[in-house]
Amino acid sequence: MDKHAAPSNGSRQADQIPTDLLTKIDEAVTHYPVSKRSASLPLLHLWQNHFGFVDDSGINWIANRLELQPINILELVTFYPWFRQQAAGKVCIRVCRTLPCALAGSYEVRDAFCKAAGIDPNAPPHGHSPPVSADGKFSVEFVECLASCGSAPVALVNDDLLEDITPEGTAVILSQYN
Amino acid sequence: MKSLLLPPHPKERRIVFKNAWTQGYTPDIDCYVKNGGYAELKKALSMKPEEIIDEVKKANLRGRGGAGFPCGVKWGFIRRDDGKPHYITCNGDESEPGTFKDRYILHNDPHQLIEGMAIAAFALNVNLAYIYIRCEFPKAAAIVAKAIEEAKAKGFLGKNICGSGFDVDIYVHQGAGAYICGEETSLIESLEGKRPYPRIKPPYFPAVLGLYMSPTIVNNVETFCHVKQIFKIGSDEYAKMGTPGDGGTRVMCVSGDVMRPGPYEIPAGGVTLGELINDVCGGMKPGRKLKAIIPGGSSSKILRAGETFKMKVKGPDGEMIEKEVPLLDLVMDSSTLAAAGSMMGSGGVIVMDDSRNMLWALNNLNTFYAHESCGQCTPCREGVLWIDKMTTRMVNGEGIAQDPATLKNVADNIAGRTVCAFGEAASWPVQSFLEKFPEEFQVASN
Ligand SMILES: Cc1cc2nc3c(=O)[nH]c(=O)nc-3n(C[C@H](O)[C@H](O)[C@H](O)COP(=O)(O)O)c2cc1C
Ligand code: SF4
Ligand code: FES
Repeated sequence: MDKHAAPSNGSRQADQIPTDLLTKIDEAVTHYPVSKRSASLPLLHLWQNHFGFVDDSGINWIANRLELQPINILELVTFYPWFRQQAAGKVCIRVCRTLPCALAGSYEVRDAFCKAAGIDPNAPPHGHSPPVSADGKFSVEFVECLASCGSAPVALVNDDLLEDITPEGTAVILSQYN
Repeated sequence: MKSLLLPPHPKERRIVFKNAWTQGYTPDIDCYVKNGGYAELKKALSMKPEEIIDEVKKANLRGRGGAGFPCGVKWGFIRRDDGKPHYITCNGDESEPGTFKDRYILHNDPHQLIEGMAIAAFALNVNLAYIYIRCEFPKAAAIVAKAIEEAKAKGFLGKNICGSGFDVDIYVHQGAGAYICGEETSLIESLEGKRPYPRIKPPYFPAVLGLYMSPTIVNNVETFCHVKQIFKIGSDEYAKMGTPGDGGTRVMCVSGDVMRPGPYEIPAGGVTLGELINDVCGGMKPGRKLKAIIPGGSSSKILRAGETFKMKVKGPDGEMIEKEVPLLDLVMDSSTLAAAGSMMGSGGVIVMDDSRNMLWALNNLNTFYAHESCGQCTPCREGVLWIDKMTTRMVNGEGIAQDPATLKNVADNIAGRTVCAFGEAASWPVQSFLEKFPEEFQVASN
């Protein structure tokens, strides 16, 4: 299993599952009456929404809950760009990189976000573990078309879609999430 | 989205977008029902399932997800009484670059989608359906899930809907950031909880061996909304709005270097490319000239300003004659764009002006495809990676004289040799950019 996966506070995520998360997990499984395996993605989402990333214990726990092998869950975590095995920033900034946004200046917007958050703009822009600011507050990464090309450039900041972003506006945006 | 807050352009006809952009319209069920919502479901429940499918066929509704397959024909592949469970999965993955329409329906008018799906479920004898929503729309997923609960509480979903004796449940399923999940068989694998490697067709046509290896209908979000509208407007009227073989309206999403980018709902064949860009979207930015148009999502072949196309059109005496049609006179419908060597695809029109460098633009798309290939088949996995590496080095001034020929060779060896249509989607931009803008890819021999 991924040797980088280490819970932030040194303990296993699976030992700290709150009851409301368990309730949500049980509910999600009922949405798939034909095959429990279908609940893999929903469970990974619930897990990552709660813990911020998925550690080895999480992969094992979810596999166990759905009567699967850990590899069946790990192979999803490594395939889907959304899932992480390490914490990202508390405020997660996903800047759209694709053509319509690039035409409107998304590369400059990403660099400006990096600068405002104190992140090296030369860090790899894509991937499962985006660069995080030293204080752990922000991570900045590129994602592909967010389906809002008419108001380019756009970014997803946590759950909020921000549109028509300018490089000059990025510092103000960060201050609103601080 | 600013342009949508403007009153509709005279060329527009907002049907599926009507509610989503009415001031004061809210996504809850009370607002929907107050505006006549769920009347069409009740109407459909009183019809015979075959009659419903016939209406959709007569309406000439084509799928709005990209491939443009006739919806009623697809539905006709399902044998209602074959004793197997049937499923519907709604494709709300919306990730083809340049496409931004489903997001507004999901956020602002979820019940329109649910009503369309419930009508389809009844026609196709489906008791369990899923709406696959990309996880980058977290708010939409919550809004749609709430709408489903509301519809269930009012008896439009769940057991014995509207007293018809028919049961149907719908659930939201969120993706996890992978473009390939928009491909219908990949979507199904993803819904089964597996790595979303597309399945090979044949034999895995969803209508035959789909979700859980049962007959499954996959349709786009906008497509299901049109289904509801067909029953509101009537299939004849609906078909008449468009062109023969391409009924109704469709949302065209214009992005890039125009004054008013945005999604515009226009009758199929109701505008030319020139009218769309210069009239509806307010033309190019001041002092700029049109250079190129990608007319149907990033995967469609690029068209060059000033080019003309030999086409068969109706002459003055009604007989078909061959004519040179300039780019901006191309009518925006499936058959015209296909005849021009491109496609309507997902309706995403990306416009570029004369300040743009085509090598840079192609490289941007190549990076997209290199990032999104699922890696299952060798020509695609290796090919798109090398294509991206080559254009990246060309952009960095490190290209070599053979690069354009090598790029074409690699692209030609991906298309048609892969499990899914992503192979074509990734090759068409390369092939068409090189063909239409050869001068921008020349590298001084070294
Ligand atoms: C690589 C690839 C990506 C696709 N992405 C989408 C998508 O994001 N949304 C969508 O509705 N269809 C997408 N499609 C098309 C689907 O495979 C399928 O044709 C469509 O969902 C069927 O619905 P429709 O008949 O209503 O258009 C994609 C196809 C391919 C090959
Ligand atoms: S063509 Fe590409 S995306 Fe499609 S199955 Fe093959 S590797 Fe995957
Ligand atoms: S390219 Fe950025 S939202 Fe589509």
